[in-house]
Amino acid sequence: MQTNTQNNQKITGSEALLKTLIAEGVDTIFGYPGGQVIPVYDTLYDYQDRLKHVLVRHEQGATHAAQGYARVSGKVGVALVTSGPGATNTITGIADALMDSTPMVVISGQVPSSLLGTDAFQEVDVIGITQAITKWAYQIRKPEEIAWAVSRAFYIASTGRPGPVVLDIAKDAQVGLIDYVYEKVDYVRSYQPIPDMKPHRIQQAAELINQAKKPLALVGQGVILSGAEAELHAFLEKADIPAGSTVLGLSAMASDYRLNKGMLGMHGNVGPNRKTNECDVLIAIGMRFDDRVTGNLQAYAPQAKIIHFDIDKSEVNKNVPVTVPVVGDAKQTLAAVTELLQPAKHTEWIAGFDPDEKEEQEKVIEKELNPKEGYLRMGEVIRKVSEATGNDAVLVTDVGQNQMMSVRYFKYKQTRSVVTSGGLGTMGFGLPAAIGAKFGAPDRTVCFFTGDGGIQMTIQELGTIMQENLNVKIIVLNNNFLGMVRQWQELFFNERYSSTVMANPDFTAIAKAYGIGSRTVEKREELDEAIAEMLNHDGAFLLVANVETHGMVYPMVPAGAAITNIIMGEK
Amino acid sequence: MTDKKLYTVIIFSENTVGLLNQITIIFTRRQLNIETLSVSPSAIKGIHKFTITTFSDKDTMDKVVKQIDKRVDILKAYYNVDEELVYQEIALYKVSTELFIQNGKVEELIRKHNARILEINDSSVVLEKTGHYEETQAMFTELSQSIGVLQFIRSGRVAITKSKVERLSDMLNTLERKLEEKSDTTSNGDE
Repeated sequence: MQTNTQNNQKITGSEALLKTLIAEGVDTIFGYPGGQVIPVYDTLYDYQDRLKHVLVRHEQGATHAAQGYARVSGKVGVALVTSGPGATNTITGIADALMDSTPMVVISGQVPSSLLGTDAFQEVDVIGITQAITKWAYQIRKPEEIAWAVSRAFYIASTGRPGPVVLDIAKDAQVGLIDYVYEKVDYVRSYQPIPDMKPHRIQQAAELINQAKKPLALVGQGVILSGAEAELHAFLEKADIPAGSTVLGLSAMASDYRLNKGMLGMHGNVGPNRKTNECDVLIAIGMRFDDRVTGNLQAYAPQAKIIHFDIDKSEVNKNVPVTVPVVGDAKQTLAAVTELLQPAKHTEWIAGFDPDEKEEQEKVIEKELNPKEGYLRMGEVIRKVSEATGNDAVLVTDVGQNQMMSVRYFKYKQTRSVVTSGGLGTMGFGLPAAIGAKFGAPDRTVCFFTGDGGIQMTIQELGTIMQENLNVKIIVLNNNFLGMVRQWQELFFNERYSSTVMANPDFTAIAKAYGIGSRTVEKREELDEAIAEMLNHDGAFLLVANVETHGMVYPMVPAGAAITNIIMGEK
Repeated sequence: MTDKKLYTVIIFSENTVGLLNQITIIFTRRQLNIETLSVSPSAIKGIHKFTITTFSDKDTMDKVVKQIDKRVDILKAYYNVDEELVYQEIALYKVSTELFIQNGKVEELIRKHNARILEINDSSVVLEKTGHYEETQAMFTELSQSIGVLQFIRSGRVAITKSKVERLSDMLNTLERKLEEKSDTTSNGDE
């Protein structure tokens, strides 16, 4: 490496960009070239041994792939796109990453600075557009700024509550020559990523928990982002606290962990939802009381004292008024509170989940997992795939019924095993996210569940799988309907199925055209064998499971209803 | 509707491009109308101060201010109600020189409103008045009903809290102390 560049060894802004990316630990970039980013791509040609560039088929795919990569690896995902439409195509992914606190840096080319503001060809005000959906958005007009801005971008994206950062680099900054000096940014005066832990709050939280007879913990993605899984288990164990998980918090605890009582929210498990309104102390950890978790706020845990652990001060009291806010990094705050806890047993309280579990098992789960007749059901396909992977695969989902069924019935052994669009609910997220997840966790099996609607939103990314020869297992739960909207139409709109019927192509023929193994399964007795064929196939495989047309995700708490107002779907 | 009253949001920020947009986005999301806005360098070099007034309720203001404070380039954001502030606006009035003199009430008007004359020429006189909204408005009403106002402009509110120290200086001191502690532990003597 030429590190001594004092003797007029100037480099281009593009090279400075790539050198800084490498210095920040980047080894994989998802992107799509175009006119105003060609200089970067030209330099990338010389850096192929150090930076793997994955050519996606649409810029939205680049962002979702970067998200998938970040979610399983814990590293910052990077997307590289051109100006104008290249940049606007990333908007959905950026908004998704902000909602789901995913560290991502999106780098867009921009027209030369002399043309900025002139409505030049493929010019768009990327910074103006993305300020509302980023942690930081910055336009680089001079090559000298690149090293600083890129390092600052990674610092901001990855610290505190993670999120997306956009860097918009004018073409002249890409080609201009500079003396390159990399200096890691690890301080921004106006930005405090981790708020100071307040000892009196730690004290108050511990006191409340020590007095609690019926404590309930709510585990969010903050635990995973903080790397606080071990601290969480120590905390729950010491005071014997049962826990429910948000969708994004799933896999922070193993599915069969004694104190893991399942998923919260609209399609969550009956136990943790009901117990939310029975507990005396509710302990929220790294979650944000999303409306899909709380239902009607007026009827949400009115009896409980609430403790809220969060790294983001603006989440405290945002939706739910809390008794004790504990701001800080969950890894530190959980450990600090745990130290002050008295060992406790809540045997009776925890046994109280059993009747709820039994009821859900009888009314919902049994029918979904072990149907004796009729068409395939989504839940049985998902659980069988999960079991066939030893319950140790990475789950990627799209959005809708396939997503809710997947997070309900897929099982986990290790953390960072779920990649799904939680906050924004982006259909089309799944296929590119699965690609990113495979790059982020190449040694793990990646199972991507989608619907016939969702896969068609980003189906072009099958081309990326083909080009990269990527081993991703794709399961299309095909009901020839936009299932979740259909479910709402059935329940709340008098069965008026407005624009939810899908005429679908032969998905296996599409897979075949991309050289991807495929098969359709319809009969229950062929399911195990079809799944085995998929998992044993050397390379990507697309399994179309033709499932029941009128499948419903239960239990369900209707939007805006109290969290205890649970529809079980008994006819 | 809950009772709405006028809140003054005071924001200290780094002087970077695009910050105003980041701030107004947060008002827009909650459909808060910005009544007045004033931006200027603060007493501390390199740091800008925004003073924004808006009609809202306390609960909303708590959340808005936290969301503004969260932005990377914002140093500090907080809000106050009028009772906690000394605040001022400035207004300029252009009137016809001829009518102003003919009116015969120049001295009375200037004394009554504690106004100043900034400029006189053949055609027009420019008057200046500082005060609260009601005061600058009262002079506007009086002038427009007597001799007419050719042009009128009123600034956004500027405000300082009644408490003695600008809160930001404490915060900056803390930040600098932290940075020093940090560099003490990470210094490697490269330079």
